[in-house]
Amino acid sequence: MKTLQQPGHGNGSEYSRAPFLSRLHEWIATTDHKKLGVMYVSTGLIFFLIGGLEATMMRWQLAVPGNTVLSPEDFNRLFTMHGTTMVFLVGMPILLGVANYFVPLQIGARDLAFPRLNAFGFWLFLFGGLLLYFSYFGAQGLYGMGSAPDVGWFAYAPLTERTYSRGHSTDYWILGLLVSSFGSIATGINLITTILTMRCRGMTLMKMPLLVWLMLIDAILIMIAMPPLAAAQVMLLFDRLMGAHFFDPQGGGSAVLWQNLFWFFGHPEVYILILPAFAYVSEIIPVFCRKVIFGYPLMVAATVSIGFISLGVWVHHMFALGLSPMVNTIFMGSTFLIAIPTGIKMFNWVGTMFGGKIRFDTPMLFSTGFLAMFLIGGLTGIMLATVPFDWQVSDSYFVVGHFHYVLFGGLVFAIFAAIYYWFPKVTGKMLSESLGKCQFWLLFIGFNLTFGPMHVSGMLGMPRRIYTYHADRGWELWNMLSSIGVLIQIAGVLFFVWNVIRSLRSGKKAGADPWDAWTLEWSTTSPPPEYNFEEEPVVYSRRPLWDKKHPEDPDWKYE
Amino acid sequence: MSATPTSPATPLLSPPEAMSQAMDSGKCGMLCLICSEITFFGTLLAVYLFYIGKDPAGTPTPSEVLEVSAAPMKVVFNSFFLLTSSIWITLAVRSLRKGAMGAFAFWWLLTILFGAEFLVGTGLEWYGMIADQGLTIRTNLFGSGFYTVVGFHAAHVTIGLFLLSLVFVLTLLGFMHKRHAEKIELLSWYWHFVDGIWIAVFTIVYIIGR
Repeated sequence: MKTLQQPGHGNGSEYSRAPFLSRLHEWIATTDHKKLGVMYVSTGLIFFLIGGLEATMMRWQLAVPGNTVLSPEDFNRLFTMHGTTMVFLVGMPILLGVANYFVPLQIGARDLAFPRLNAFGFWLFLFGGLLLYFSYFGAQGLYGMGSAPDVGWFAYAPLTERTYSRGHSTDYWILGLLVSSFGSIATGINLITTILTMRCRGMTLMKMPLLVWLMLIDAILIMIAMPPLAAAQVMLLFDRLMGAHFFDPQGGGSAVLWQNLFWFFGHPEVYILILPAFAYVSEIIPVFCRKVIFGYPLMVAATVSIGFISLGVWVHHMFALGLSPMVNTIFMGSTFLIAIPTGIKMFNWVGTMFGGKIRFDTPMLFSTGFLAMFLIGGLTGIMLATVPFDWQVSDSYFVVGHFHYVLFGGLVFAIFAAIYYWFPKVTGKMLSESLGKCQFWLLFIGFNLTFGPMHVSGMLGMPRRIYTYHADRGWELWNMLSSIGVLIQIAGVLFFVWNVIRSLRSGKKAGADPWDAWTLEWSTTSPPPEYNFEEEPVVYSRRPLWDKKHPEDPDWKYE
Repeated sequence: MSATPTSPATPLLSPPEAMSQAMDSGKCGMLCLICSEITFFGTLLAVYLFYIGKDPAGTPTPSEVLEVSAAPMKVVFNSFFLLTSSIWITLAVRSLRKGAMGAFAFWWLLTILFGAEFLVGTGLEWYGMIADQGLTIRTNLFGSGFYTVVGFHAAHVTIGLFLLSLVFVLTLLGFMHKRHAEKIELLSWYWHFVDGIWIAVFTIVYIIGR
């Protein structure tokens, strides 16, 4: 590494000179929340590239009607693996990784409450993910059937029963997710405990940074919503391996019950994924607008109510099932209800920007992109919550467009915002602003070109998960546009990869506080020492660093 | 914050007191673990409730099986042992707090024995069902639900017994001291949880389900 100026002097150089094996050992045996956070996020980004590659292959197949790049079987495997990867192996590890790194730093703690449990959680996640991908090699079973799972990421019964899913592909889907979700539950419990019991002096609940608040609610949702998935998967496993009848209609089992159980996990899971996105932009927008967050108590209240309501909306995934009008109406109402706290958050972010001195650095650019794209995803979400409209477009590309606006335009944009924002803290190097801006615009244009037209092809009746289509349906243009958009997105992601590599090798040095920010993580060096803070911090307000920088006008006078 | 220059602002404000944390990390973590376990068992029990009476005709029903081989007396007898073990473990923790190691070892062993009796009782009940009644997990919906719910509970009892025995061995070797009372109390919380879940399982499987 050529940035080391004083050989043999200071910790940094001794550290980087250690032989490869001992450095590797240090990472593998670590219980340090910062190292684990970096490992979580890097693994998540690698899985992001794999999941993106799977999506690219599907878009290649769908670019023109009657294409034969992929067989129908391969296509089914790809959309299953794409969905499962993006939710469980990209979204979860990145959100847990960022929380791992920054929750202790923001509350002035030395580490998470249970460091070894934290390491255990990471390795469970990693090996769960590898187990899922091993299915490509190991799921043949005695029948020579199947390779990767091909039942969709929500694995509806009875398609997953032994009769219809031969071989072991579905077993790998169950076991891989079971292992990695145990890791998530462990880390969720760890985060709750850390936040509730390890805050520094002066940090009352209402002085916590919003990231900490959102991750607290997020971890509570993980703790409540993931065990039911584990229970459902265990029952499915018993069906498949021991001949139980839980989801086997011929033995009296209920396929609808699986849908209920899966979505009782699945909808909170959507909020488990999006709350961290809210958390990142809630940290970034105030800093780049030079204002305090607008309506902090309301943001907290909205977060808590989102957490509550998200546990009671799951049936909106099942409107087309033919449940009673009463049930549908109740869940339509609860789904509308959750738009209120979410809307409060949107207005508060915009209110924070309003009248602020906005600096459009890359983190802010991505956060603004998040606001716009998530708004579109949220509005189509309200459309889909309306039962009669849902009946028209359920399981069509409209739905695919909707949730990609939420999870890609929402979550992934926020993740990139977070990476540009905190990369200097983690590595001590700045990412390039010009490369970052190129990445943003390529991703923004490519994203809209890919997922915008899906709303149209969905309205025109194109169903999800079809591996090809006839030329006379009027879907050709929209599919071609979607596929072209993917190429632009790939260019954007390549800019990101190049930016990270370039910055690690020869990036501009970042000081402790490159963005002139206000939360505790910026009060220590970049990268932070292993012990985080030399002295235990004491906070008087929600913006401890503002108080330190502006002793003549501290925040605690007004809170 | 390190090396804050003496600011005119800070002295105006009395420094905040150390956070009076309501509980320590271990207790909070154990409560969270119990919460997540409750949602796990809650799901299994909800499924069990949903499937009551939905079996296709002609297969053994809960009332036939549970009446003939085990219920009502034998399972009540076993439940008595499991539930009273909660009392013994509370007494054990209390003794440890006082530093009365002999009493602690006695009550702790009693907890283990009572828990073990429950596990053996469950095993015998299952043996009767499988060998005499021919009811297995693949027979019908009732079999699937029964063995899954009761089996997961028994698995938790087994984990609990393993941990309790570990502590007992450590006690015999002289590694247990008064200062470990806080941590041992956490283990007793887990044991209470296993007992509490049994009340729910018993109510649903042996009372409502029959």
